[in-house]
Amino acid sequence: MTQVDRISGGLINRKETMNFSFNGKSLQGYKGDTLASALLANGIRLVGRSFKYHRPRGIFTSGSEEPNALVELRKGAFKEPNTRATVIELFNRLDAVSQNHKGPLNFDLMAATDLFLSPFVGAGFYYKTFMWPAAFWEKLYEPIIRKSAGLGSLAKLEDPDCYDKGFLHCDILIVGAGPAGLLAALAAGKSGAKVILADEDFLMGGRLNSELFEIDEMLGSDWALKAIQELSSLKNVRIMNRTTIYGSYDHGIFGALERCTDHLESSEGRPRQILWKIYSKKSILAAGAIERPIAFGNNDRPGIMTASSVRSYVNRWGVLPGRQTAIFTNNDDGWATAKVLADRGLEVAAVIDSRNCEPVENIPGTLVIMGSKIVNTTGRKRIKRIILSNGQSITCDCLAVSGGWSPNVHLTCHQGGRPKWDSTLNAFTPGENLPKNMVVSGSANGSFNLQAALRESLKVANIVLTDLDFKKSKIVVPSSSDDSYESSAFWYVKESKKRGWVDFQNDVTVKDIKQSFAEGFRSVEHMKRYTTMGMATDQGKTSNILGLAIMAECTGKTIQDTGTTIFRPPYTPIPLGALAGRSRGKDFRPYRLTPSHKWSEEQGAVFVEVGNWLRAQWFPKKGEKTWRETVDREVVSTRNSVGVCDVTTLGKIDIQGKDSADFLNIVYTNAFGKLPVGKVRYGLMLREDGIAYDDGTTARISKNHFIMTTTTANAVLVFRRLEFVRQCLCPDMDVHIISTTDAWAQFAVAGPNSRRLLEKVIDNEYDISNEKFPFMGCREITVCNGIQARLFRISFSGELAYELAIPTRYGDGLIRQLMEAGKEFDVTPYGTEALGVMRIEKGHAAGNELNGQTTALNLGLEKMINQNKDCIGKILAQRPEMNKEDEMRLVGFRPKNKGDKLVAGAHFLDKGAKEIIENDLGWMSSVCFSPILDDYIGLGFIKNGNQRMGDIVHAYDKMRHNSLDVKICSPHFVDPEGDRVRG
Amino acid sequence: MIIDHPILGPRDASEFVYLGDSSLINRPDPSVEEAAQLFYEYQYLRANIAGPMKELWYHEQGDRSWLVVTRNTITHEITSVELARDVARSMGRTK
Repeated sequence: MTQVDRISGGLINRKETMNFSFNGKSLQGYKGDTLASALLANGIRLVGRSFKYHRPRGIFTSGSEEPNALVELRKGAFKEPNTRATVIELFNRLDAVSQNHKGPLNFDLMAATDLFLSPFVGAGFYYKTFMWPAAFWEKLYEPIIRKSAGLGSLAKLEDPDCYDKGFLHCDILIVGAGPAGLLAALAAGKSGAKVILADEDFLMGGRLNSELFEIDEMLGSDWALKAIQELSSLKNVRIMNRTTIYGSYDHGIFGALERCTDHLESSEGRPRQILWKIYSKKSILAAGAIERPIAFGNNDRPGIMTASSVRSYVNRWGVLPGRQTAIFTNNDDGWATAKVLADRGLEVAAVIDSRNCEPVENIPGTLVIMGSKIVNTTGRKRIKRIILSNGQSITCDCLAVSGGWSPNVHLTCHQGGRPKWDSTLNAFTPGENLPKNMVVSGSANGSFNLQAALRESLKVANIVLTDLDFKKSKIVVPSSSDDSYESSAFWYVKESKKRGWVDFQNDVTVKDIKQSFAEGFRSVEHMKRYTTMGMATDQGKTSNILGLAIMAECTGKTIQDTGTTIFRPPYTPIPLGALAGRSRGKDFRPYRLTPSHKWSEEQGAVFVEVGNWLRAQWFPKKGEKTWRETVDREVVSTRNSVGVCDVTTLGKIDIQGKDSADFLNIVYTNAFGKLPVGKVRYGLMLREDGIAYDDGTTARISKNHFIMTTTTANAVLVFRRLEFVRQCLCPDMDVHIISTTDAWAQFAVAGPNSRRLLEKVIDNEYDISNEKFPFMGCREITVCNGIQARLFRISFSGELAYELAIPTRYGDGLIRQLMEAGKEFDVTPYGTEALGVMRIEKGHAAGNELNGQTTALNLGLEKMINQNKDCIGKILAQRPEMNKEDEMRLVGFRPKNKGDKLVAGAHFLDKGAKEIIENDLGWMSSVCFSPILDDYIGLGFIKNGNQRMGDIVHAYDKMRHNSLDVKICSPHFVDPEGDRVRG
Repeated sequence: MIIDHPILGPRDASEFVYLGDSSLINRPDPSVEEAAQLFYEYQYLRANIAGPMKELWYHEQGDRSWLVVTRNTITHEITSVELARDVARSMGRTK
């Protein structure tokens, strides 16, 4: 395969040939090529189809601002859509495919959209069409639109690459390694500052690699190479090529994406990309500028490119984009392309300058027409002719368009800064509101002239160095070419009758913008969203200014007054994998394992995620066919003999200090001052607005030492709030707290034989008889011959029960000891499901009941609010609306017809009442099957619940088709008198 | 964002949990007659300032101290960081 459009020269390595494939065709290029330059070298011009109209499109630029040449790169799980051919470094066996066409690229069946449907799919068409009939939307229109939406397609397989994240610190971050960036890096680096120099390109040097500038009598690209070599030798300078600084964040923090292996055939297990968080003291934005096009009829054909990218392909890549290149420009810089081609003996078909001035260069043998415009072009798959406003038609196979340069101000806007319009440069330059400690230099600051850029770069670097208390640099500004840049405010050709494109990627035309104006969407923010201009993956880098300039003209305002939309990170797209880094799969949300986890696994327990915890849900025995069988058995065995459950996950907070009791009195509704040492008390916490927040038990181990428990879900949150109370509300209280959730393994031992079991494990000197250790006691003890432990006699299950705590490292040992000791009692390990059944049978409120909507009164715990002291939530809990006569009360429910299934979430209505919100009496909060009662039971809130014992109401659940009649009863189904727990 | 912890030095904001307006330190006196009104205002009424605001941040991933951070809600510039305990004391809060 010959590279028909390859010419001599360029910064490529012709000794290293690369074989690659595009749309199945085998092609060749060289190391140093991008996919775009290699495609052009092989004579390929048609590379994709546009988003809406499926128009044939070619390579438009040579940089990351490329709107057209988006390809699907690589295959299988590695496939990545929407990759810009202009930035893909060519590698051996590269495989790319064009996007957005049905059938072959050459004959896109969807092109009918352009030829026939275009009148119907202009700006905002989806607000006006596809409306009727309404029923057609879901079945017909939406699927069609969905199919045609988007550009490339995803592999839908897991990303097999791995990505890393890292943190870097520096004195100065320099964004962009063109002439301004390189000079600043030299100055700063040699002055000893810690410098990071980053550039998105693989070859640093910026425009120096694409132009024929001379610096210090060297070719610009050679000067750049020399600078990089010098910088590489400095230990305090970190050079990061292939690294996009994608976002500027608060306080000098930047996000960067380094592409480590995208230029290689395979990543071979190395991180494909690294997402860096860079902390900088100062930053210098030397990100250069981007060339704009001009809008005119059919200005989007393959073969039409920005004038500067034509120079890039010729100079940097040794590629000839056209054998008869025409140039259309509104400024001096477009002429540079004519000069480059002419100097190499390559044909320049014509130079069309919209301005009425003298020709900028002398290009012998070329048709030069000043004060003229292109109104149309022909050549659907590759440009053939340009047609001027006077009707003249000129043959060409490449059209280089220059609409002027726009400083690359993105990073100055990420924190809300607005750029300001410069009417001399006819461009936006960085505004007043720069991110803190950022300065801009070079083309990014509007210093388009190379000598000016270098001078400014050194000046700015020295200011930054001085600010950081470094010595000014001794470097002298290198000498360089000093061309002028005259531009004009000429954005589009009014005389064009055919559509002229503004945003190539989202297919937005001049007509769309005028339509947006006509329909009243006149501010730039409205125009952007109505037309979708600037909303594609290129963020309007080549289109924004054209668009708002056209709108400015429509409204009759200046561009200053029209303003511009701004930008947000990322500057170029980032793969989600890079944002995830290593936090994928199991590492996205690490598991917290209980001390008995290993043992539970050995038993074949089924686990459930409770937040980050894995808790045993039930322990199936051989032969059990359903989970219900298992759970029923666990409940019955525990209530008949003894069961053990790991309750380590519940929050434990150790509270110490002379004012501990006072502290507890603030956070709990009930009083703890008089709680005797060795006793445990149930506590209720309210939010300041009076809503029930959390509950638990708090034990007094010694006079100034309490241990609080919380629900599993709220462990972290309660601790946070306790610290708030301690530091912000009661700063002088002598109280300290620490979370001990992970420090102690804790097991509930419940059932009539629980005491007997524990006596076998607890050392003999501790008498835990009912007389010596009654209900709600706590004690520091030792177990298994001297191992420190704590025993709490509390019950969640309604049985005689204890909780035994031991330092975590003994947790695994203890569960095995308990099981061994419990063999004679047929001890049953039980999980969260059986735990839930038993607490519902007992009538204990839990998370379902403390859902953020219920008060102490609703829960039946209003008497727990001690009237003689303040507590959080007390005042607002007294609000009349929360204390109505018919307040909801927590009660129990059973199906009217035994055996009917209750469902949590059902809402209660009086029998015969209309199913409307005004008749809503409350809801069912918890439900389970009780093997003890052999029936479904539930807890729930219902108005006047206390007065309605025995009433039948309707539990309404239309969504799940589970409505049924239920009977109101006491919530305490098992051990209502508390005989068991006190036994 | 970087929060300059008064004891630990500059820390990334991701180590912290944000609560809200530091006026939450001024919990009203429940014993006064107009307590209900004061608590209602304390709980529900907030000034939403475009400019410097004093906020409560909790160093959950660090030393568990609560901080009062004076931060400009427009520019995000942080001009002061104090231990909330010190601020609470200076406001007369004790036990």
